[in-house]
Amino acid sequence: MNDERWLLPAGIDEVLPPQARVIEGLRRELLDLYGGWGYELVIPPFIDYLDSLLTGTGQDLDLQTFKLTDQVTGRLLGVRADMTPQVARMDAHHLRRDVPQRLCYLGTVLRTRGDGFGGTRSPLQLGAEIYGHAGVESDIEILRLIMLTLRAAGIDESYLDLGHVGIFRGLARQAGLDATQEHALFEALQRKAIPEIEQLVGSFGVSGAAADMLVALAELNGADALVRAEQVLSRADQPVQAALDELRRIAEGLQRWLPEVRVHYDLAELRGYRYKTGAVFAAFVPGWGLEVARGGRYDDIGRVFGRARPAVGFSVDLKELLRHGHGLEQRYCADTPVLAPAVADAALRGEIERLRAAGRRVIEALPGVEQDPRQLGCSQVLVQREGRWELQAIDAE
Amino acid sequence: MTANTPLTIALSKGRIFEQTLPLLAHAGIHPLDDPERSRKLILETTDARVKFVIIRASDVPTYVQYGAADLGVAGKDVLLEHGGEGLYEPLDLRIARCRLMVAGLPDSVPPTNRRMRIATKYVRSAERYYAAKGEQVDIIKLYGSMELAPLVGLADRIVDLVESGNTLKANGLVPLEHITDISSRLVVNKAAWKMKHAAVNELLESLRAALAPNQN
Repeated sequence: MNDERWLLPAGIDEVLPPQARVIEGLRRELLDLYGGWGYELVIPPFIDYLDSLLTGTGQDLDLQTFKLTDQVTGRLLGVRADMTPQVARMDAHHLRRDVPQRLCYLGTVLRTRGDGFGGTRSPLQLGAEIYGHAGVESDIEILRLIMLTLRAAGIDESYLDLGHVGIFRGLARQAGLDATQEHALFEALQRKAIPEIEQLVGSFGVSGAAADMLVALAELNGADALVRAEQVLSRADQPVQAALDELRRIAEGLQRWLPEVRVHYDLAELRGYRYKTGAVFAAFVPGWGLEVARGGRYDDIGRVFGRARPAVGFSVDLKELLRHGHGLEQRYCADTPVLAPAVADAALRGEIERLRAAGRRVIEALPGVEQDPRQLGCSQVLVQREGRWELQAIDAE
Repeated sequence: MTANTPLTIALSKGRIFEQTLPLLAHAGIHPLDDPERSRKLILETTDARVKFVIIRASDVPTYVQYGAADLGVAGKDVLLEHGGEGLYEPLDLRIARCRLMVAGLPDSVPPTNRRMRIATKYVRSAERYYAAKGEQVDIIKLYGSMELAPLVGLADRIVDLVESGNTLKANGLVPLEHITDISSRLVVNKAAWKMKHAAVNELLESLRAALAPNQN
């Protein structure tokens, strides 16, 4: 037992140098990036009443949330598993502005189960949201921000996956499905289990155009999905057409702003179906089976906090991005420190201060221990030559 | 296959491998080695961009879910146990067909003074089946030779795959309830579906074409 005191819980990680420095460097760069677009930083609490954590996006997060009892009120508390509902509360309840509000956030969230490949239970969630604008322009802004985020993280090649929950929702309504049927079909659709979908639709007693369209939905994916949808879903009613039109306008926007990005349309992609209301999107990188960024439109989220406002946003796990990025260590850890000798000398003090003010890292040697500058990661030492302190390179061995 | 997109297909040895080969042959893909004779776990094929990985049947969903393989062939029984999260299962290959069934001794009566004990390898499926029936049962997880459990009093019933029923018969058991029909499915990693869409789709289409003459 005692031998295992070093052991960390499953899915919980510690970040060592130089990785921690890379994370911090990227964190600053990304928050500066969002700041430059007018996104204001907010810091939601790490722990919160369970009720408020589980509202809106809520129910999907119930199982994922660590819970404990508040010794002050007796109410249940949860450790946030996702910061989106908290940020929505800030917009709806505290900020209450009438203009579009852009917010960004960053922090550790905890999950009871490590569902991803890395199996992490403590992602470093970073996200940005726009509240108060319902048009595709804000969807496009968020998509542009996702691509900038990936690029800043050193990810050169990525794919966007784009869908719209309004299509399935509309088709299900048109076919007159009840909630249980809709859920069963949603579940099969998530797995693109076409044989099951055909069987389910048959068993619901739905026939004609509505049934055909529900079955066809599973195959409406690929770069040309929007083009094919025009014909395949031509008999769908107005809400579906409106959703398709929204997707088309987003596609045009992507053409204009991000012509180099490869987009895969998937009209049956229903990530976060229960709380999303419009476009849903995700970003993938080659050689990795899971999405690295996710987001979408969820216009109802603020309602329980007193004010429903249109909302669209995205989030990533910063630690996950790092795994796929290239060149980050060179970018953030290229400057090697200088070793200054343990000498009490005013001129040396002055030189050290000058170097630090210029952004160099200077390590002051501690007396009484042998210190090889190379083992300290230093590439230069301060040496005294003709009464002046100057930098001298250490020969790499 | 579409220009230069490498595809890894996860297959399990035995029945699934044998019955998948003719379908893959239709897509012009033949393995260069026989997994029954070779100890290699990665098999090259006549299509330089396609390789097979040979793994245990119950590991296929895991390999595909995490993208270690782009595609795979997995029995519906295995998918039901795995949960199918993170996977697409667009095609029923209609091979390795059997039934998931409840079996037991022919004249056995469910016990009245305790819960019924069910021995099975298919814990999730058994739990779901009995929950849907409104029956509270105790599930005993076994890894094989389920037929033995009722004979030695370890369980009242078993939930197992039944193909011909011969193993049941040889042990004096009879099939009692039909849970679901099982066949093998083509499973696809979600990211591969999106990023290698053309290549995956092409393979999917030729497998569909290979299946078409057998329809009904």
